[in-house]
Amino acid sequence: MKFYLEFEQEIKSLETKLDELKLFSKEKEIDLNSEINKFEKQLETLMIDTYAKLTPWQRTQVARHPKRPYTLDYIKHMCSEFVELHGDRLFKDDHAIVGGIGKIDKQSFVIIGQQKGREVKENLYRNFGMPNPEGYRKALRLMKLAERFNLPILTLIDTNGAYPGIEAEERGQGEAIARNLMEMAGLNVPIISVIIGEGGSGGALGIGVADRVLMLENSWYSVISPEGCAAILFKDASKASVAAESLKTDAVSLKKMGIIDEIVKEPVGGAHRDYEVAANNVKKLILSICKELKQLKVDELKEKRYQKYRNYGVFTE
Amino acid sequence: MAIFSNKKKYATLSVTSDSVNDKKNDNKVVLKESITNSLWIKCTKCNEIVYKKEIDANNKICPKCGFYFRMSAIERINLLVDDGTFTEHDENVLSKDTLDFYGYKEKLELSIENTKLNDAVISGIGFLNEIEISIAAMDFDFMGGSMGSVVGEKITRAIERGLEKNIPVVVVSSSGGARMQEGILSLMQMAKTSAALEKLRKQGLPFISIPVNPTTGGVTASFAMLGDVIMSEPDALIAFAGPRVIEQTIRQKLPDGFQKSEFLLEHGMLDIIVSRKEMKETLYKVLKNLLNV
Repeated sequence: MKFYLEFEQEIKSLETKLDELKLFSKEKEIDLNSEINKFEKQLETLMIDTYAKLTPWQRTQVARHPKRPYTLDYIKHMCSEFVELHGDRLFKDDHAIVGGIGKIDKQSFVIIGQQKGREVKENLYRNFGMPNPEGYRKALRLMKLAERFNLPILTLIDTNGAYPGIEAEERGQGEAIARNLMEMAGLNVPIISVIIGEGGSGGALGIGVADRVLMLENSWYSVISPEGCAAILFKDASKASVAAESLKTDAVSLKKMGIIDEIVKEPVGGAHRDYEVAANNVKKLILSICKELKQLKVDELKEKRYQKYRNYGVFTE
Repeated sequence: MAIFSNKKKYATLSVTSDSVNDKKNDNKVVLKESITNSLWIKCTKCNEIVYKKEIDANNKICPKCGFYFRMSAIERINLLVDDGTFTEHDENVLSKDTLDFYGYKEKLELSIENTKLNDAVISGIGFLNEIEISIAAMDFDFMGGSMGSVVGEKITRAIERGLEKNIPVVVVSSSGGARMQEGILSLMQMAKTSAALEKLRKQGLPFISIPVNPTTGGVTASFAMLGDVIMSEPDALIAFAGPRVIEQTIRQKLPDGFQKSEFLLEHGMLDIIVSRKEMKETLYKVLKNLLNV
């Protein structure tokens, strides 16, 4: 059962017609290839047009698509090998964050990312990709491991936020995120972060302090979710689309502000339509950036990273 | 009582929704509408009528029941540094409405007018006996102490001043969280301030963090929880996610004292809880010993 977003109604009817046509042609053993080709071309044009004009709120919906590739999907398609490493060595293994070591082409990386679940059972197991402090502490342990072995770090960001639970507060959710921000700022290895879906505020930033920040074109990254902002500002969560515009949650706006460094193109109709292409686009960029960053001396790398964050902020004096 | 005879109207001041956590402040202070006549206040905790001057003279503590009223940034600084030794820096850094965000410009103007502050933090250099410190204190009255570019910039500069002069840094935090109206720029202030603290740490200088009631959200998840020593006052709310958000998420009642300083102490997240009267002395002892002087 295919899932269509609200702005994909035209795409849905075309795809349905196309599927019916293909089925009819097969059952009746009639050659309808020229018709099918025409429809496929029409569909492609429609998808390109629709996806080119998406509003920030619509992109948020694509970012939340149930079939969108998650961290483990990217790892599967980008890495020739990957060994998952578990636990924070303090308390627990947080399933909302996946981490490990693996190879992308010939380069070994430490890879860390928030991981969501596909249906209810898996989502509960993954806590909907919302990490507890132990998730951030696992991430830190693995980042320190990368530093010890001079491996670049890749983080894949996809979370609605850090989990707001009682135990999370008991175990220091604020402290865990803060510590990661400070430690990431001082790591002696290159760090590349890619926002692959949802960039939910501090929960995202907790693994997102990097030398280069990439963002898939249909993702969102913000200090607060659009619906959260709408609830506070307009006392009406349904005004989320206005909030998303105001906050400038989309990749193009964020690149203009210098918050992200590169926008990663998605396959036509969104990453959920072609995992291989999406992963390949991410992989190509990661490898070229990694090559560039590895050429810098450690002190230079760290000072550039410091200045990147030092220069964020707009004010008058 | 004669004080009631003119039957003035009262306005309850509640926290403005500027910060991501939208936390309603516990300290709802009942003020008279006409500012000229604010001689006295009704204590939130014991409901007694107390002269404002008495409260001010008592470090903003209710002389009847000991309730801790909120202190302004400059009151915090005066509490901690020696009289006449404080030099303010960066006073004229002002917020800008970069995102052209609904209502932000107006809110800024109103906040500046009402609080007579330029933004939610005051920073500078002062002396604690013989120890020179770089100090910054946040002010909850200014847009709920929300952190935008200016708060992030001023705190970062306070840390960099510590680096430059080779002196310890002290930050008193009080915040409803990141300032929503500056969007992602507010979020980045978390990373910016934390990165500066990483440099301070590498240089071997102490950072004392003093989160006071209330400290929440992006401030808690950045510099407030990065002190070499973290100290607070009794019954201070120090949280990442606000209590209401947590209740809505887990649909359970929260335990008593949840997210208060005593709770944090028990769960290993705070070094010291100290009374307001003893805070300066304790800060001095901590610094003296860390610096071995």
